[in-house]
Amino acid sequence: MKGTTGVPVRLRFTKHGKVRWIGHRDVARAMERAFRVAALPLAFTEGFSPHPKVSFGLALPTGHESDAEYLDLVLATDLDVEALPERLSAALPVGIEVTGAVRLEDRAPALQEAVTAVTWTAEVEPPAEPGAVRAAVERGLAAASLPAVRRRKGREVTEDLRPVIRSATVTEVTEPDGAVVIELELATQPRSARPEEVLAAFGLDCRRARRTRQWIERDGARQEPLDADTRPRAIEARAS
Amino acid sequence: MSDLWPRVEALLARVEKPARYIGMEQGSLAPVHGPGRAAFLLVYPDTYEIGLPNQGLQILAEILNEREDAVAERAYAPWVDMEREMRAAGVPLFSVETHRPATEFDVIAFNLSAELVYTNVLNLVDLAGVPVRNEDRAPAHPLVVAGGHCTYNPEPLAEYVDAFVIGDGEEVVSEIADVVGAWKRGGRASREAVLRDLATIPGVYVPSLYEVSYDGPAVRAITPRYPDVPATVDKRTVADLGEWPYPKRQLVPLIEVVHDRLNVEVFRGCTRGCRFCQAGMITRPVRERPREQVTRMVRDGLRRTGYDEVALTSLSSADFSGIADVVADLACGQEGTGSVGISLPSLRVDAFSVGIAAEIQKVRRTGLTFAPEAGSWRLRQVINKLILEEDLYSAVDAAYSQGWRRVKLYFLTGLPTEMDEDTLGIARLASNVVEVGRRHTKQASCTVSVGGYVPKPHTPFQWFGQNGVDELRRKIGLLRDELRGSRARLKWHDPAATFAEGIASRGDRRVGRVIERVWRAGGTFQEWSESFVLDRWLEAMHAEGLDPEWYVTRHRERDEVLPWEHISAGLHPDFLWADWQAALAEHGLPDCRWTPCYDCGVCTDYALEHVVASPVAPAGGSQGTGQDLSAGGEVPVAFLGRRPVVAS
Repeated sequence: MKGTTGVPVRLRFTKHGKVRWIGHRDVARAMERAFRVAALPLAFTEGFSPHPKVSFGLALPTGHESDAEYLDLVLATDLDVEALPERLSAALPVGIEVTGAVRLEDRAPALQEAVTAVTWTAEVEPPAEPGAVRAAVERGLAAASLPAVRRRKGREVTEDLRPVIRSATVTEVTEPDGAVVIELELATQPRSARPEEVLAAFGLDCRRARRTRQWIERDGARQEPLDADTRPRAIEARAS
Repeated sequence: MSDLWPRVEALLARVEKPARYIGMEQGSLAPVHGPGRAAFLLVYPDTYEIGLPNQGLQILAEILNEREDAVAERAYAPWVDMEREMRAAGVPLFSVETHRPATEFDVIAFNLSAELVYTNVLNLVDLAGVPVRNEDRAPAHPLVVAGGHCTYNPEPLAEYVDAFVIGDGEEVVSEIADVVGAWKRGGRASREAVLRDLATIPGVYVPSLYEVSYDGPAVRAITPRYPDVPATVDKRTVADLGEWPYPKRQLVPLIEVVHDRLNVEVFRGCTRGCRFCQAGMITRPVRERPREQVTRMVRDGLRRTGYDEVALTSLSSADFSGIADVVADLACGQEGTGSVGISLPSLRVDAFSVGIAAEIQKVRRTGLTFAPEAGSWRLRQVINKLILEEDLYSAVDAAYSQGWRRVKLYFLTGLPTEMDEDTLGIARLASNVVEVGRRHTKQASCTVSVGGYVPKPHTPFQWFGQNGVDELRRKIGLLRDELRGSRARLKWHDPAATFAEGIASRGDRRVGRVIERVWRAGGTFQEWSESFVLDRWLEAMHAEGLDPEWYVTRHRERDEVLPWEHISAGLHPDFLWADWQAALAEHGLPDCRWTPCYDCGVCTDYALEHVVASPVAPAGGSQGTGQDLSAGGEVPVAFLGRRPVVAS
């Protein structure tokens, strides 16, 4: 995080099961309570109404699951970052689990700007036959544009979803009830699309979706956010 | 045993705020059902956001779940969108913990905190798949039970609720679990038998065991059908709050709810004696929680929940013995990250209370709320809310001098003996409050919130004829005209909803059919202005051949049999009548915590005592501190003119 004193840290966490129905702000509030339960020494902003230095990555639409959500925070004092996942998970609701924590470089760019692509798996509402799904996806990818009507600031606007879709692959995986699973890679800049919007543009119904990865792409390479902008261990050792 | 979750989840993408229906609160238990365990579904008949923080439901759930032979889960009223989806998909009312159908419980127990939720109660019983009327239920159906303040007049729901619980629930809930458990283990044979057993528990009222006879429109008598059924059902009272440190694991919801903070009840009961206040009358005597227990519950609760705010709850928390020390203690000794906010709902109107508020609210001093309730000293003596104007102005002065910028004032209108000059006194007080504020800041503002008064059972005003819709509208109109162009902003409660509340508040058994008609006509969520239509109530009254004015605006005589006469809050009818007469004579009555007993009946009849740590009244205000209450009359206030000074 920019312009901070203290120890910047990045966390990765999940949102699985029933908690997928709580919103982005609810997740933020649950995190803040967990920080207090775990007595994390968070750094606070200056000023009239100090608040902890915590910033969340891309919002996950309510109702979707995720293996890979991220947030950055700043600690006032250093501590054992590797122990953070266990400490915090114990204080978080069932289904939200911290699965990774790393120290960040001092001036790492914010998650919302740094992440440029995300991977989803999306289940097609059964009954849908795999061959028909494959054909629908191929037709969609071959189209020059995929116009979709979306609501923005209370107005309906038509946007082209085709540039957002990096790839769409019908996987070999099927759910126990026969639902076909599609893997999507979607761009997030300047804006992204929800998996159900993409499937609708293919003429398919999305039953549920899970964000599986987020990507930071820089200089032709792409990295998972826990690998990008992190402080190398060697420097850490020297600094301490 | 079935889990409805997959069917519930299939509906969630189509409804507002789906997290209302998932449970998952931190602190909630994984209940274990079994053939030997009496299963209770505790229902708050309003939305999840309103119902989840209810401490009563959480306390009872914990007590039941601590027992080896009982289990409790919770449910809330699904919002209209979800109800539509549930009915279309054939999904019944379910518990939020394990998404179990309501009919798999032995008891469906409702909290009744307000009369306008009654139509929701019927709707939820129906959504559960249970016949709404008692007489149509079979042994296979769960028992329908209700508790909460509205059960002090149970009659409007007497044909819909199998058993009512009057008073504090901590002890009686276990006695009910014993009876229900035995019924369950015996194969749930006869409803009549289990209801007869329940009726032997003190505090439990089984309406089907009582015959009501009428004399024209009035009730002649309410008589037990069997000799072993008590003629009067007395409320239950927990003598020592210190023995009940519940909830031990307050639930932390995953979505925002009202009162979204740690809540610690510091005392129960109130003897200020405000004559309009049903809560103060029916929850006597005052029982304070031991101070060390309060401190411990706050510390442990904050540590466990991660909340950064705690409310010390009661009917008037500034009256807690040594409140200043408790607050100072809590405000400093908090470890962990960030600061902890403490809030005192129901702030008393005096500078002392503001001092405490200043102690606990170091930052974010935006708004403070006071409730003078009436616009003149004369009327405040009638209602026994003994606040002098100088108390209010010194409280407001203290608030502004310590950085608050907005003051909110609560008033009632339609009070007994209220004249237009009393009503207009509200505008005068508000204007003066703004003037006091403007000495400190040009931005000083004041919000005046006015509610129509509904007389409540078991209060000295239970005989009073409520103001009708037109009269309340007229009074609000007076205030609007008077405050036009003023810096005081007026808000008011819909007089039509006040009227419907009046029907249910003092209704008798016949009003039940009215509630049923309103519900059948689609009238759920009557506390929500977007769902409320008074005509539904009036049409239903007409269809049942009942006169709304007779129920709402008529003054009762002393010898009239009131529909709740067989329910006792421990208050002698003679005491209530004498207090009603004192009200009409404009005589105030001091708080009996710190003055000699005037024998309202509660302590003497129930062998209870006040549990109050401090033998003297709190300093700093005139409420209960021995001001001259012997006669009515305006108290002269020297430092402000009668009319607001408006800058031209």
